[in-house]
Amino acid sequence: MEFGYPVLTTLIVFPLLAAAGLFLIKSPQVARAYTMGASILELILAIPLLTFKHNAEWQFVERAHWVPQWGLEYHLAVDGISYLMVMLTLAILPLCVMCSWTYISKRVKEFHFCLLFMTAACVGVFSALDFVLFYVFWEAMLIPMYLLIAVWGGDQRRYASLKFFLFTLAGSTLLLAAIVAFRITGGTFSIPELMLFPFTFKFQFWAFLAMALAFAIKVPMFPFHTWLPAAHVQAPSAGSVILAAVLLKMGTYGFLRFCLPLTPEASVYFAPMMIAISIASILYGGAIALGQEDIKKLVAYSSVGHMGFVTLGIFLFNLRGIEGALFQMLNHGIITGALFMMIGAVYERSHSRQIADNMGLGKYLPAFMGFWGLYALASFGFPGTNGFVGEMLVFTGAFQVSPYIGACLVPGALLGAAYMFRVSLKMAWGQPACAKTWRDLNTREWTYLLIPAVFVFYIGLAPGLFFKLIDPSVEKLVGDLKQRNTVEQKVAATPAPAAVAAVVVPAEPVNN
Amino acid sequence: MVFNPIQIVPELYQLLLILALFFQSLGDGSETPPAERWLPFFAGFGIFVCIVSWGAEGLIFGGAYKLDALSQFMKLAISFGFYVTVLNASRQPSLEERKRPDYFMFLAISAWGLMILSSAVELITIYLALEISSYSLYAVIPLRNTGSKGDPRAAEAGIKYILFGAVATALALYGFSYILASQHTSYISQLALRTWTWDGAPMAVVGLSLFLGGMFYKLALFPFHFWCPDVYQGASNETAGFVATLPKLGAVVVLVRLATLLKPGLEITTLLAILGACSMTYGNLCALAQKDLKRLLGFSSVAHAGYIMVGLVSGTAMGLSAAVFYALAYLVMNLLVFWVVSRIASDGRNLQMDDLNGLYKRAPALAFALGVGAFALVGLPPTMGFMGKFFLITSAWDHGYNWLVITLVLNSAIAIYYYLSLVRHAYTHEAGEDVPTPDNSAFSICGASLLALLVLVLGMVPGRVFDFAIMAGKQLIP
Repeated sequence: MEFGYPVLTTLIVFPLLAAAGLFLIKSPQVARAYTMGASILELILAIPLLTFKHNAEWQFVERAHWVPQWGLEYHLAVDGISYLMVMLTLAILPLCVMCSWTYISKRVKEFHFCLLFMTAACVGVFSALDFVLFYVFWEAMLIPMYLLIAVWGGDQRRYASLKFFLFTLAGSTLLLAAIVAFRITGGTFSIPELMLFPFTFKFQFWAFLAMALAFAIKVPMFPFHTWLPAAHVQAPSAGSVILAAVLLKMGTYGFLRFCLPLTPEASVYFAPMMIAISIASILYGGAIALGQEDIKKLVAYSSVGHMGFVTLGIFLFNLRGIEGALFQMLNHGIITGALFMMIGAVYERSHSRQIADNMGLGKYLPAFMGFWGLYALASFGFPGTNGFVGEMLVFTGAFQVSPYIGACLVPGALLGAAYMFRVSLKMAWGQPACAKTWRDLNTREWTYLLIPAVFVFYIGLAPGLFFKLIDPSVEKLVGDLKQRNTVEQKVAATPAPAAVAAVVVPAEPVNN
Repeated sequence: MVFNPIQIVPELYQLLLILALFFQSLGDGSETPPAERWLPFFAGFGIFVCIVSWGAEGLIFGGAYKLDALSQFMKLAISFGFYVTVLNASRQPSLEERKRPDYFMFLAISAWGLMILSSAVELITIYLALEISSYSLYAVIPLRNTGSKGDPRAAEAGIKYILFGAVATALALYGFSYILASQHTSYISQLALRTWTWDGAPMAVVGLSLFLGGMFYKLALFPFHFWCPDVYQGASNETAGFVATLPKLGAVVVLVRLATLLKPGLEITTLLAILGACSMTYGNLCALAQKDLKRLLGFSSVAHAGYIMVGLVSGTAMGLSAAVFYALAYLVMNLLVFWVVSRIASDGRNLQMDDLNGLYKRAPALAFALGVGAFALVGLPPTMGFMGKFFLITSAWDHGYNWLVITLVLNSAIAIYYYLSLVRHAYTHEAGEDVPTPDNSAFSICGASLLALLVLVLGMVPGRVFDFAIMAGKQLIP
């Protein structure tokens, strides 16, 4: 396909150029409008992505030498797994700009610089097919996120931002070692090629652990989740939105893109552990969310629970489970993103995130409460909303594997309903503290809340298109995983002839 | 081979600069243009001279002096570093006008010694070159004034540097005698053919370990690092900028040449790996507690010396290339950070962490450059520091020292804390009272942005420069 320009590269480079252009602007108001324009132009540049074909191939491939001495390549492409994540990243950017229009009043230029830089790095993470290129984007994204929290955050922003940085960096240092080990053993940094290479179980064992640590911290899975509430609560609302909608997805994306295809046997070997941790995340996140007095903290802990559903779905290794995981990733991005924007909106009115200070809004801010109700319902998976589709699929996958796993999810889903009802009831009908004088949503707020609402219903009522987008890739992923695990078992049974067949690609000589 | 002076033009040119500075220092300086006015142009021309003599090859002075890809690469790096440090020092507030020609002369001699060192392939020549570069630094470090008097901290630093240096070089010389006694030669090319196992030649192994000690002192590798934080702290910011960068290059080039003796699995190689691991861990842990910026950078140097060991012990051409590239990355990153430090402390004081507070407002360009430098020193992409580190671990993986690679990556996680606190102070804290007024002149901002740009560009497209590093590595281990 030809569009006259390399689509993915443009999507990465354009925000960077736009970010550089910000420095020529003086007035904060112009900077906001400029970034808004840039984010819409970015969406327009992404239009060719709509021609995505419904198959499991790599699409929009771009490949060039980067550092030939070490076999590094500039290799970008998307498939069904990464496509929706790229789209989500692009769609979140204008919403972030809109929701911080009045929220951010100091160092406006730098703030939007960080947002644009962030978008470029996130698109890079989801579309890189060279392991080192992926790592470059993965780490590059830490810096703007750190600044978003550390400069524009709440009272404890320094503590929260440092914790965020230390946790994520500590996790990903071992990922770098794993990447190098893959290269030396498998002979290439190219992810599609590494997917064909049969690594020994011992190698997979350690590589899986090194990668899983990095991804589990990012997701975050219990017990590595402690950075998340701190970061979410302190971040400005646009920061929270990006954090929830895009950053957390990188962890689960990593599991899908790297752990399952590259270390299939180790993934199966560690699946019981991962499932147990996922269930722990769901129950723990839900239970802690139930006791929160701070709305933002509540939603942050609910993220831990929701992401638990995603990791659980991934490690079920069946079609429904992984479909459910991908849906849940997308849904969580939309719903939690929207909830954080709403918290930002109400914070601008009350200057407090405590539930007690934001009660009784139903009478005075009906439109706000209406949106809140919608997203709260979607958050715990009410039928007809998108949350239902994702949760339902994970449930189906879980019961297919074992009724016991399924049974463990039921209290998790109930907890979700419980904490969301608790906060929503208080916010809607509690004794108002000072809500009488607040105005309801203005046009800008209507806009940025309406857009996610459309998707809540669209995915909730007619998810067919999304199934078509992701299914071929998911089927291939599950098929490959099953096939490689059975091949390995056959190898163990009849060593000589099958072992030859199992070696799909011979190792290239490593040039050092 | 016939000696042709054209081969050693960079050294001759540097010698010319030294002579000019020497004659200027004889007068009282009233009739000649001040050294800091004319020297930067000529030092800049030195880079050009090095580029011109890029392709020089040969073995001269009785086989003791080798011109190859490694030596020319290093000479270019040294002349670049010399240029930047001269520019940096040209606005030094803590140095009297009449001492400036002497000051620059000693810097030039030190750089000259390092240039000779990068070509020396015979142990005595290495020793002499090392002494040339060290002796001049002994004289430079105490040159620091506070008010109108000499700074006692600088005098203390000078004494420390001399004492440590004397002990380390004495050890090296002692080790050299052992090597000569047991292997009967001092040429590296012949030494490479001998056995270096403990069972085969215990005396030579002891001798080489001691001789390496002299290099480790220059590099500030644990346990020869004790001078490093103290000297950085005591010397003026600009002098520390020189001491922290160029001598490290000299040490790396000698270690790279000697690394042809160090096959993986030998006792001495393992010793190097262990020292590397200790150095990075110790350096990073100590840096965590520092409040003085230069002390922090001193411990960070100790840690970086450890990182370089990772490339040296792998025993492959790629490993040596990676070490050379990392040395270059280290040079550029530290030049950048010291540039910023010297510009912020425009009154010549020692910067504390709190002096960085609110820098984003007082000097946005310098704050940004400091951020780039700090993230590069951690090894975050897309900077040169990341690429350097990445090459190091890729070259070392699966050559018997995987534990060292794991130690390296874990150390990055420790290091992030203190490098990040530079950024944190610059960007998230508001300025208190008595913060220094940063130099926001075009000179200061241009220098900082060009160096920052270099760190970023070489981080994104390192291919070209790395080719030269590979050429250097392949010549040593084909």
